Amino acid sequence: METAAINDIVARHPDAFRRSAWRRYATPIGILLCILYSFYCWWFFSIGIVLEKANWNLASAYLADWVSYEIRPDIEFKDNYLEINYSRFSKLGSNPNPEWVVKQTAVVEQRADAKKMAPAVASDKSSHDSFMAASAPTADNPATLPQQSLPAAPETVRKETVVTADIVFGNGRIAITPKLVTVTRGAQSIVFDIARDKSVTPRTPLPDWIEQRRPGSTAYISFGFFGRAEIQSDEVIAWRRFLGWANFVFDTNSPFWGKPFGEVASLIASGARIDPKRSNAALAWDNIANNAEWQHGDVWLKLLQTIVMAFVGTVLASVVAFPLAFLAARNITPSRIANQTTKRYFDFQRSVDMLIWALFFTRGFGPGPLAGMSAIFFTDTGTLGKLYSEALENIDDKQREGIRSVGATPTMVQRYGVLPQVLPVFLSQSLYFWESNTRSATIIGAVGAGGIGLKLWEAMRTGTNWANVFYMVLLILVVVFVFDTISNYLRRKLMGTVGNGNDERPVRLLPVA
Amino acid sequence: MSATDVHRAPALSPEAAIVDRHWRDLAARRRLYTVGGLLFLLLALSGSLWFANETNAGKFFDRLPYIADFFIDMKPRDWFEPVRALFDLPSPYDDGSLQFDYPEGRVYLTQSIYIPEYFYRMVETLNIALFSTLVGSTFGFLLCFSAASNITASRWLRFTTRRFLEIVRAFPEIVIAGFFLAIFSLGPIPAIMAVSIHTVGALGKMFFEVVENADMKPDEGLRAVGANWVERVWFGIVPQVLPNFMSYFLLRFEINVRASTILGAVGAGGIGESLRLSISRGHEAKTIAIVFLLLCTIVVVDQFSAWLRHRLVGRQAFTYGRGE
Repeated sequence: METAAINDIVARHPDAFRRSAWRRYATPIGILLCILYSFYCWWFFSIGIVLEKANWNLASAYLADWVSYEIRPDIEFKDNYLEINYSRFSKLGSNPNPEWVVKQTAVVEQRADAKKMAPAVASDKSSHDSFMAASAPTADNPATLPQQSLPAAPETVRKETVVTADIVFGNGRIAITPKLVTVTRGAQSIVFDIARDKSVTPRTPLPDWIEQRRPGSTAYISFGFFGRAEIQSDEVIAWRRFLGWANFVFDTNSPFWGKPFGEVASLIASGARIDPKRSNAALAWDNIANNAEWQHGDVWLKLLQTIVMAFVGTVLASVVAFPLAFLAARNITPSRIANQTTKRYFDFQRSVDMLIWALFFTRGFGPGPLAGMSAIFFTDTGTLGKLYSEALENIDDKQREGIRSVGATPTMVQRYGVLPQVLPVFLSQSLYFWESNTRSATIIGAVGAGGIGLKLWEAMRTGTNWANVFYMVLLILVVVFVFDTISNYLRRKLMGTVGNGNDERPVRLLPVA
Repeated sequence: MSATDVHRAPALSPEAAIVDRHWRDLAARRRLYTVGGLLFLLLALSGSLWFANETNAGKFFDRLPYIADFFIDMKPRDWFEPVRALFDLPSPYDDGSLQFDYPEGRVYLTQSIYIPEYFYRMVETLNIALFSTLVGSTFGFLLCFSAASNITASRWLRFTTRRFLEIVRAFPEIVIAGFFLAIFSLGPIPAIMAVSIHTVGALGKMFFEVVENADMKPDEGLRAVGANWVERVWFGIVPQVLPNFMSYFLLRFEINVRASTILGAVGAGGIGESLRLSISRGHEAKTIAIVFLLLCTIVVVDQFSAWLRHRLVGRQAFTYGRGE
């Protein structure tokens, strides 16, 4: 193109090539303002400082907790043997003996104090058994304990105990003996000398996956996702991480726990009654619903409450907003006073935040779904009323005139002249709110208005139940997606039957009057 | 009698009779569906109401006389107390307790000029909402083009982006807030994170629907002169959709103000936290002041945003629920 031709085009379209200063600079100015505002917020919320202080290791550990669990064996150093304990509510049940803790036992001479004397004779297998047996009699008759421990003259007994323990991690292992701990990760191996109750000393310089804050103090070992461990001067604590959710179906107290699926199925189908009072199927169901770690029954109940809150709240709001919207629409009700009163009432209900309604009704009805559904009902009456009345004000007047011209009563005019036009829009709006209320019902639940929100919040606040949190999140996601699909399908059906054929997507947006 | 004679249809031809019968069948089936649907709805509703009543802490009819307890409990010592609480003026009832220590909360800008505590908290909540809307819409803007079928040819990329937006949108805000609360400790940043992440999903979806409705002629023109993908989007699509994007941004801001208030009430700072604290401690005047401030702010924000949207897109200004 020649210069002359270009100039010609420029001359013919001055507005396209010489735009006003405002139009030319609006975008850069807008972007600049946004950036400036971001800097202001960065300062206002001191985001930089908070991000710096944040405990990111904690974040990755919590995230890992969503889909995995840890088992924590404690290996205590004794004079010439080891004692392995598991936490009291171990996920391995009351008698853990996992294959990733490789033990070697030997008969050794050990000093037995009075506390240990009685069980020492009884125990014969692993040190773990001896521990369980040891704690049992003292728990049974604690009153006898002081008397026993009074003549605590050191005595020696010979018995078989654990002398070495190997904790196998996915990418390494810790070999423990009473005086020596060898940590291996990948190709690297570090040997620690243990002076019992005094110090932990590595023989070689530490790699970056082991941290020791002061010489001789506790060594912190990281195995990445597979877990971590601490070598203290009196014990080794290991956190071994496993992918998955532990005891998701049956907890360790259940007679079905730890059994493979086939065995459980055959027990339920044809096994002898475990509990003589009820069938195995009833027992299994009860065990699942009352699973102590996952609380399935309670979670499902709370989820149902959330669903019910959203459903009832939306339905009631639609039912109440429906007649009020006719009153608020100025083309339906000619009275300005009635229009304005109803509209201001809608505004009021909408503007009082759902949070305030939730607190109000929680105080009135007590915590539970009644409070939540009332909060949703009150807020949405306002919003739906507003949307409905706007839809009514936008109707095509010809149909109404036609009906009126054949001498129909006012009710008939509304029924046949107005309703067919707006009903699909109304229903579509209500469906849309049903869907979005399922989401908001989760949040207001957390302030006490019933449903899964509070349960979710409590599980998070303890900071240890992330797997439960994830479980509930998954349930919520499933419910939201299912309702989303149902509501989308119904809306498409509704809008498909009425005019508006060129719009394939469900109409969710209404033009403002 | 004569009326029925007048309305009686003339005898139909056999073909017309078939059509007529078919129409009657259709109408009957339609009526059946309507009645059936309504019955089902009624059944579900009554079942739900019964269930809700059963699992609630208080029963509906037992608690009905106490429904207004929230406001009855909130009757302040005198009616100037809420005003004092709102503007942090000293109270004559001050006994050193937390209930009447209004001046304690003042945020001093200079030696003598201060912002009353609840105004400051309200500004904090508004900032949370605006900043997270800004962050969310930035990412939503960046993502929406790769989800729009008229801009992105790759089905795989579109699918991934859309699923991502869906998951982010449906993920409960409260979980994101709770997770970041555990990492950052208390403060507004978890709320910002939660609201922003949710906004990415919600606005991303709105944005890509707008983009899909855009006129493709400018794009065609740009393609004809050999513009690359970014140029086509920036010069062909963005100018068309920008007003609608801004309108959605404002709508989202309205929604986010409410969301950040609620998140505040579960421990993420701002006015929501003040409200929850004052209610749980039974501080009437403070509660009234906060509720009043919140009400006014939401009305102002709604009106302002409606006005601005009207200016931006005129009759095209869309409205929809608080939802996503």
